[in-house]
Amino acid sequence: MFKWLDPYAKSETLYHFCGKLLPYLMVSALALLLLGNIWGLAFTPADYQQGDSYRIIHIHVPSAIMSMGAYAAMASAAFVALVWQIKVAHWAVLAIAPIGATYTAIALITGMAWGKPMWGAWWVWDARLTSELILLFLYLGVIALNGAFSDRQVGAKVSSLLALIGVINLPIIHFSVEWWNTLHQGATITKFARPSIDPSMLWPLLISILAFAVLLMALTCLRLRTAILVNEQHRPWVRKLVGG
Amino acid sequence: MQPRRKKRLLSILLIISLIAGAIGAMLYALQQNIDLFYTPTQLVEGLGKDKVKPVVGQRLRIGGMVVPGSVSRDVQSLKVRFQLVDTGPTVWVEYNGILPDLFREGQGIVAQGTLVAPDEIQASEVLAKHDEEYMPSEVAEAMKGIRHVPPSQATFPTVGEASDNTDEQPAPKPGY
Repeated sequence: MFKWLDPYAKSETLYHFCGKLLPYLMVSALALLLLGNIWGLAFTPADYQQGDSYRIIHIHVPSAIMSMGAYAAMASAAFVALVWQIKVAHWAVLAIAPIGATYTAIALITGMAWGKPMWGAWWVWDARLTSELILLFLYLGVIALNGAFSDRQVGAKVSSLLALIGVINLPIIHFSVEWWNTLHQGATITKFARPSIDPSMLWPLLISILAFAVLLMALTCLRLRTAILVNEQHRPWVRKLVGG
Repeated sequence: MQPRRKKRLLSILLIISLIAGAIGAMLYALQQNIDLFYTPTQLVEGLGKDKVKPVVGQRLRIGGMVVPGSVSRDVQSLKVRFQLVDTGPTVWVEYNGILPDLFREGQGIVAQGTLVAPDEIQASEVLAKHDEEYMPSEVAEAMKGIRHVPPSQATFPTVGEASDNTDEQPAPKPGY
């Protein structure tokens, strides 16, 4: 079923595949980011309740959704790395982790900046905020565990296992606003109903979400290529590539 | 699939489902503690199956909707009194401080403070809660009939005016 994927487990093939994708991903990420954010931040109407403060949603929501999307991608790579023991899959885990951690940090910081003027507090220990903070710690834990062992094989295994176990946090983050009463409001677009946001505000938001997703892919490609080169620096194909 | 991979797959699935079960059990046991606040109904009628009521003097958070017409401000200070409601009984909140911009009658808020009577809280912090709906003010006016008033222009009745609302709402307690 997944036989067509097999060639990409070979680092050289994957390196060139990522290299081919990279320019398209980078250009479209930049274009979508500019379009979505400028439209959302400057040209949408103000909210009836929150006025202009709500505009931060166009950064907060895309980074929050994609912090979870990146985690799902990282955990899938960790699953492949553990079961099939494919090295490039583990490099993919390490490639995604810092990007996901950055998205999570952006979501937390923009959330705080939004919370202060609207709620009246920078931080509240409600279920949504706390579980998102745990997501940041999971990312940092994966990065730290990988480097914590003198045997790199063990480090790779343990960090992949943590990445995989952390998946349990994803449904907790998503449903936290339904399972418990929280200060954070419920889901606006990630639900099986009409989004409770006016179309004039929804479109730039969807574009920004797509932009963050494409940017995640582009940065992953970039980091994965670097990881492959660093890890395979003594292999003949890399030596030939860099002309050494 | 090779037997070796199958074994690894099964052991990973086992580890994950065990940990998921453990975390699920923990969250279930801690359910009431993860809730950020009591609702007025939970505060008055008790929480959960055992109907556990918080005791007077306990520090807690209460979350509900500000009852329209119940807000009364002291003319001399920042003191403010209002009622909160969800679906049942109402609870009084007294607060001395600056309210968040989104605070208004009909708005959801979360107040942290001390329970001074079974249905009265002396709040030390009042936070505004907003819902997940976003729309331009013209749409809100057309759909909901809500006219947004910027906080700087919002008016709340003070001592003298508050008595006008006594037909429908319980009168604010004496003092303000």
